[in-house]
Amino acid sequence: MKLVDQFKKGLSAPICLTWEWTYACNLSCTHCLSSSGRRDPKELTTAEIKAVIDELQRMQVFYVNIGGGEPTVRPDFWELMHYAVTHDVGVKFSTNGLRITPLRARQLVATDYVDVQISLDGATREVNDAVRGPGSYDTAIAAMANLADAGFAGFKVSVVMTRQNVPQLGEFKAIADRYGAQLRITRLRPSGRGADVWDDLHPTQGQQRQIYDWLVRHGDNVLTGDSFFHLNALGSTSLPGLNLCGAGRVVCLIDPVGDVYACPFAIHDAFLAGNVREAGFGRVWRESPLFAQLREPQSAGACASCGEYDACQGGCMAAKFFTGLPLAGPDPECVKGNAPTTGLAIPAQGKDHSHRKRVALGMPSVPAKPCDPSPLAVR
Amino acid sequence: MSTDSPGFDPAAPYRLNPRVALRPEPFGALAYHFGTRKLSFLKAPALVELVRDLEAHPTVLAAVDHLAAPEKDRYLRALATLAETDMIVPA
Ligand code: SF4
Ligand code: SF4
Repeated sequence: MKLVDQFKKGLSAPICLTWEWTYACNLSCTHCLSSSGRRDPKELTTAEIKAVIDELQRMQVFYVNIGGGEPTVRPDFWELMHYAVTHDVGVKFSTNGLRITPLRARQLVATDYVDVQISLDGATREVNDAVRGPGSYDTAIAAMANLADAGFAGFKVSVVMTRQNVPQLGEFKAIADRYGAQLRITRLRPSGRGADVWDDLHPTQGQQRQIYDWLVRHGDNVLTGDSFFHLNALGSTSLPGLNLCGAGRVVCLIDPVGDVYACPFAIHDAFLAGNVREAGFGRVWRESPLFAQLREPQSAGACASCGEYDACQGGCMAAKFFTGLPLAGPDPECVKGNAPTTGLAIPAQGKDHSHRKRVALGMPSVPAKPCDPSPLAVR
Repeated sequence: MSTDSPGFDPAAPYRLNPRVALRPEPFGALAYHFGTRKLSFLKAPALVELVRDLEAHPTVLAAVDHLAAPEKDRYLRALATLAETDMIVPA
């Protein structure tokens, strides 16, 4: 059986576990997938987080993607990071750069099993700050400079692709190169506050082609969180990475209050599998009826008659759900234009921790070479 | 990739790198290297067994000796890749 088919049936533990440690954030990005801003009073305590880390160690979850909110605003952030990496759970954390001072950068370089991902959504101050807020570009660039000066090679610069920043792909690459970092580009989803700005921010069909062509040319050195697989329908060259929706199969989210969702982009009761406070994480992963159902063969729906289904898999479950589309059927950004655009009932978002006045984040990755007869696959 | 790629010597003893952990999976195992942070997927239970038992054999060739020809070549190639990626190391 192909590896990708094995993945569809689920693994003994996730490969791609995102864990948000707080809903609190100093910023108010317009497209924040978790509608973050204010801390939730029910967030997991230091002791509870450590207990879950112990469990992840036992389950051999070798690394987690820590996010938020802005995870570093937790006063116990550095303590928890240290606890994880000394318990065989490597940490990649996403940050807007807020706390990456020269001193912290030097400490991070000296810590094994830690990777840092700086969020940046515009290669210029104008484009970035329009989405992430005033001052956020300068904060991110200062953090990158601090990491580079400290000698942290290969940290990640993570960009959510929008209509406004697709023309800046080359500039993003140049910024990453300048700081000795690796560029990561991911797909915008209509999740959290992303739903409010989806119509204005999601790339046009022409831009989707541009992203695909650019990735075919530069993909080897650029990470994508395997998030653009719906673009595989555009050509015969398959983008590197895992060609399927991993939700509940190899991907999942633990949110700041311990709720376990099928995917970080799916914070909604429809995708809630359980809570780590009740039974621990492992039981939810192994026994949740929702995850069992996601590991069953999924119907292609209206995609069944499309010749590109093998390459595109109908796209992203969360993108469909939050645009009111049936989960079996085309993605809202179907490159063949097959997604219905009228008569859609848009569901409400699940949780809102936005700052009250009104005023961000991405997915990890896995390998797979379909039809590879070798008994080994190397990432 | 060939089995005689520089560095990998099937006539020598090898073992699983102590920095690599194997996580059992329905298809075989997931191998994680804590040093390089690379993930590999051992897509056959027999390969997992082979890798786990490697150090009990005087040479890699001895470890695959029980396998028939086409199988043996495939597993030797897999082991060569695992050696290249530092997942297995000279014992
Ligand atoms: S729901 Fe979308 S973002 Fe989540 S795993 Fe599936 S394809 Fe990826
Ligand atoms: S119809 Fe479905 S399978 Fe075909 S390109 Fe669109 S989303 Fe992909």
